[in-house]
Amino acid sequence: MSVTTAKRPNAYVGSPVERVEDLRFLTGRGEYVADLTREGQWHAAVVRSSLAHGRIVSLDVDQALALPGVRAVLTARDIGIVPLIPLRTGLPSYQPYAQPAIADNIVRYVGEPIALVLADTAEIAEDAADKVISEIEPLPLVLGWDQSVNGQILLIGDTTTNVAGRHLASRGDAAAAFAKAPYRRRETFRVHRHMAMPMETRGVLAEWDSATSHLTVHGAAKAPYFNRKSLAKMLNMPEASVDCMECDVGGGFGARGEVYPEDFLIAFAARKFARPIKWIEDRREHFMAMNHAREIDADLEIACTRDGKLLGLRGNAYIDCGAYIRPSCITSVRNIATFMAGAYRIPNFEVYGTAALTNKTPAGGFRGPGRYESCFFFERLMDIVADDLKLDRLEFRRRNLVTADDMPYPLAKLEPSESPDGFLDSGHYPATLDACAHEFGWADKLKLNGTVIDNLHHGIGLCCFVEGGAAGPRENVRLEIESSGDVTLYSGSSAIGQGLETVMSQIAADALEIPMERIRVLHGSTNLLHEGFGSFASRATVVGGNAVLVAAKTLLETVRNAAAERFQVSPEAVLVANGVANASDGRTLSFADLGDLKLKAEGTFANSKATYSYGTAMAHVAVDATTGFTKLLEYQVVDDVGRAINPLTLHGQVIGAAVQGLGGVFSEDLPYDENGQLLVGSFAEYVMPVATDYPNIHATTMEQYPSPNNPLGAKGAGEGGIIPVAGAVGNAVAAALAPLGVTIRHLPLTPARVWELIQAARA
Amino acid sequence: MKLPPFDYRAPTSLQEALALLADHPGDARLLAGGQSLIPILAFRLAQPALLIDLRHVPSLNHIDINDSATTLGAMVRWCEIEKSEPLPQAQPLLYDACLHIAHFQIRNRGTVGGSLAHADPAAELPGVAVCCEARIRLSSGQEIAAAEFFTGALQTTLAPEEMILAVVFPAWPAARKWGFAEFARRPGDLAIAGIALFYDLDMAGRARDAHIAVIGATNLPMRLSSAEARLNGADLNEAALAAVAQAAADSADPPADIHASIAYRKSLVATLVRRALVQAMSR
Ligand SMILES: Cc1cc2nc3c(=O)[nH]c(=O)nc-3n(C[C@H](O)[C@H](O)[C@H](O)COP(=O)(O)OP(=O)(O)OC[C@H]3O[C@@H](n4cnc5c(N)ncnc54)[C@H](O)[C@@H]3O)c2cc1C
Repeated sequence: MSVTTAKRPNAYVGSPVERVEDLRFLTGRGEYVADLTREGQWHAAVVRSSLAHGRIVSLDVDQALALPGVRAVLTARDIGIVPLIPLRTGLPSYQPYAQPAIADNIVRYVGEPIALVLADTAEIAEDAADKVISEIEPLPLVLGWDQSVNGQILLIGDTTTNVAGRHLASRGDAAAAFAKAPYRRRETFRVHRHMAMPMETRGVLAEWDSATSHLTVHGAAKAPYFNRKSLAKMLNMPEASVDCMECDVGGGFGARGEVYPEDFLIAFAARKFARPIKWIEDRREHFMAMNHAREIDADLEIACTRDGKLLGLRGNAYIDCGAYIRPSCITSVRNIATFMAGAYRIPNFEVYGTAALTNKTPAGGFRGPGRYESCFFFERLMDIVADDLKLDRLEFRRRNLVTADDMPYPLAKLEPSESPDGFLDSGHYPATLDACAHEFGWADKLKLNGTVIDNLHHGIGLCCFVEGGAAGPRENVRLEIESSGDVTLYSGSSAIGQGLETVMSQIAADALEIPMERIRVLHGSTNLLHEGFGSFASRATVVGGNAVLVAAKTLLETVRNAAAERFQVSPEAVLVANGVANASDGRTLSFADLGDLKLKAEGTFANSKATYSYGTAMAHVAVDATTGFTKLLEYQVVDDVGRAINPLTLHGQVIGAAVQGLGGVFSEDLPYDENGQLLVGSFAEYVMPVATDYPNIHATTMEQYPSPNNPLGAKGAGEGGIIPVAGAVGNAVAAALAPLGVTIRHLPLTPARVWELIQAARA
Repeated sequence: MKLPPFDYRAPTSLQEALALLADHPGDARLLAGGQSLIPILAFRLAQPALLIDLRHVPSLNHIDINDSATTLGAMVRWCEIEKSEPLPQAQPLLYDACLHIAHFQIRNRGTVGGSLAHADPAAELPGVAVCCEARIRLSSGQEIAAAEFFTGALQTTLAPEEMILAVVFPAWPAARKWGFAEFARRPGDLAIAGIALFYDLDMAGRARDAHIAVIGATNLPMRLSSAEARLNGADLNEAALAAVAQAAADSADPPADIHASIAYRKSLVATLVRRALVQAMSR
């Protein structure tokens, strides 16, 4: 199946190389955390709060303990001082809102852990969890951002507000611009709560080695090194005494691989009882325990000239963060403000992002955090304005998109922020708009826009977007030549199903001028390198990949020196090419010949400047007004990623992300009732797209503007596929239904909701 | 979502299976395809002491077709219905409706008896059985009309020690007109609403003996008699279509849940009746 064998050196990067991981996965040889077992392990089950807000009056664990096979039940009392889960931001306002590792006296969402049952089997643990009797005295609920910010009910003791953070993204002078603007329009929008839903649920297997007082935690993902630091801090242990081990991971999407309460609880139990402890999250608890995302309300006002030159944007976005601030939640708060109009040149800008706490499952990062939502808000607003001012939708955008002449284009200044002010790095954004219009056939399809054919209402829509990537600070790599002459690559990046091993092998093979098959990639686990960062914010390929370049350069230098010593010549007289060191007299030494020397080299790529992939997506829908069902007839996205290391894996990322985004638009939803009860607990209610739902998705990648910020010229590209989906499809549905008097401002566009919007417009 | 503890038996004869049932009154469950029962156990909505697996009980998995009736044994699976060669001719409505059931993997296991006993108001087979006046053959020797068998959402007249042996559909006249239409969030999902209908034509080409049954949009599968009355004797034109659809929506009494409001379901009923009628008229 491999197409790699015939490749010459220096030919992998940019080639559609098939994934080296796939043979392992497709033949069932992947190893996930659930596949691990240890002699004498106990299984854990988490007892969770059934109330959304309340005071724990009593927890009776006697019946649970009495069940044969039950070993122990832990509650907050057994933990002692319950640690908070460290945030990935140091901004002080957020700190008091971090989540305790177990509910301590007060529960704040349905699903919050209140006890941990340990037993001989997972079945017994679950039987016993049912027998832990909790008495919880209800407290008044906060269920929406508006109720949260008014602060009449405070959720966290010792605080005076439910607003954990508020950021302003600004540029120019919005007040002045609006005061004299010839045209203004203000609208409110909403994206609903949904979640990442990786195929593999979470899992932890923790082992305690009493002899060395060492803790090993399997099941890490995304950011193992940071998580090690967090766990060590929470457990009050030296960092060096904790290792986080990465198995194969069945999807992360930003949600998997943060420290959750269970990561601490299982590790704590392993240490306390000096036993391997295993916990595999089931899907029902995944719905209430894993990060939720995306629930944002926005109130935006736009100013422009009547011929469509953007003058200003201002407004507010309120993020429903749920009951606590989880480690990565702040990213969506920052992004919603900074990137509210990411791809456009708007001279005067003033957008606030506000993080509001409620009695729901805590929210966190999910692929394209804040960006997916902002695209829906702003691109809807653009279309509403275009309709109002009778502007051509493409021309309106073309006129205001950031161009090559603007580069580097400063992002709106964010306050407070820990990061330096950013810049869009390179590109000519109208180029993807034009390319997409061409591929999609915008001009032709425009004739169908707003028409009704066979009772189906046709509409087309578009969205322009940017995707931030390559988050710093740095990544580390070590390359080692084995005795066989093969090379082992140790990467600080994490594999979350995205094909990391393939891409790292490609880059290393080109840099070392050896076949890909001779490179083995080990990644993620904290025992491989002294430091690593991981895979989030579309960073692994860019930051990790460039670190490979640095390490490879050093390794080749090391090979040259070693060979020179063997040849007894000066290093300058040795040429290393195609995996062979050549002396000027014709003598040669292969990597294998030097294998006994265990040559190795480390490489670090440090980076403070993000990359920005960008693109345009267009959608053609047909809405059945009698059922409210929307058929996606065509979806086309064109993005420029600077340099595509592997067009095949990139294509997969974009298509998969698009479908994931469509789930958010049309079907996935996490509704709560007025008691703060989550109304979904299985895939019967939470409707995910299936493989056959969206056959008409096309992705085209351009490489016209490499990033100036790294030697590969690559830009992060793991999230771009999802970012424009709601904007493009939302606009298409809106265009289809405009003749019926319907305006689309809220997601999701489930059949029932679309039908109700149509009825309301008719009434 | 681990199963609660239970004993497991896989009897090899009907008598043995029935004896096991009788020995554990109210505390044993029959296991057919497991596609509904296993999730029920995983969610701990039931905790029976004993599962009696019907997989080795002989002669429950036949499809018998003769001049007077079509009989589906309780252990006939959806995939067997789908692959049956004579069934599309013998019972076209039944056959077509069953093609809407679930997804590939589930179709390989789910059974006729399991579906009838589970009595999901959105399930296709119970709806078609009601529509076609099928009879359910029980181990007690009784045969009960489908319309009497289903008493509510997930509720039937089945006694704890009773077992479904088969469902018997009356023979289908070749000239009969029929239609089946449903609306689900995804293909293969349980329907938010569905309509099975048929009628015969009188000498004048008007509908007679109309049968219209609804699934999904009501608490149990049921015929919509006022819509049937509208259809009987009607000239099959646009006005009749609209009147029948409206009568169906008016008489349906749907529940509200997180997928759909009452008004939406009623509207779907009207839409689907119209679609099924258009199908019927085109046959
Ligand atoms: C994802 C998914 C989608 C589905 N979609 C659909 C759909 O679109 N349409 C649809 O109709 N169904 C659907 N189903 C349900 C599926 O068809 C089930 O197979 C069916 O409802 C039950 O049949 P079973 O053989 O699996 O029964 P089981 O799950 O084994 O049993 C169900 C119940 O019937 C009882 N029982 C079984 N056999 C007998 C018998 N002979 N006598 C008395 N009681 C008996 C059992 O004790 C149990 O209470 C879906 C299921 C899933 C998981």
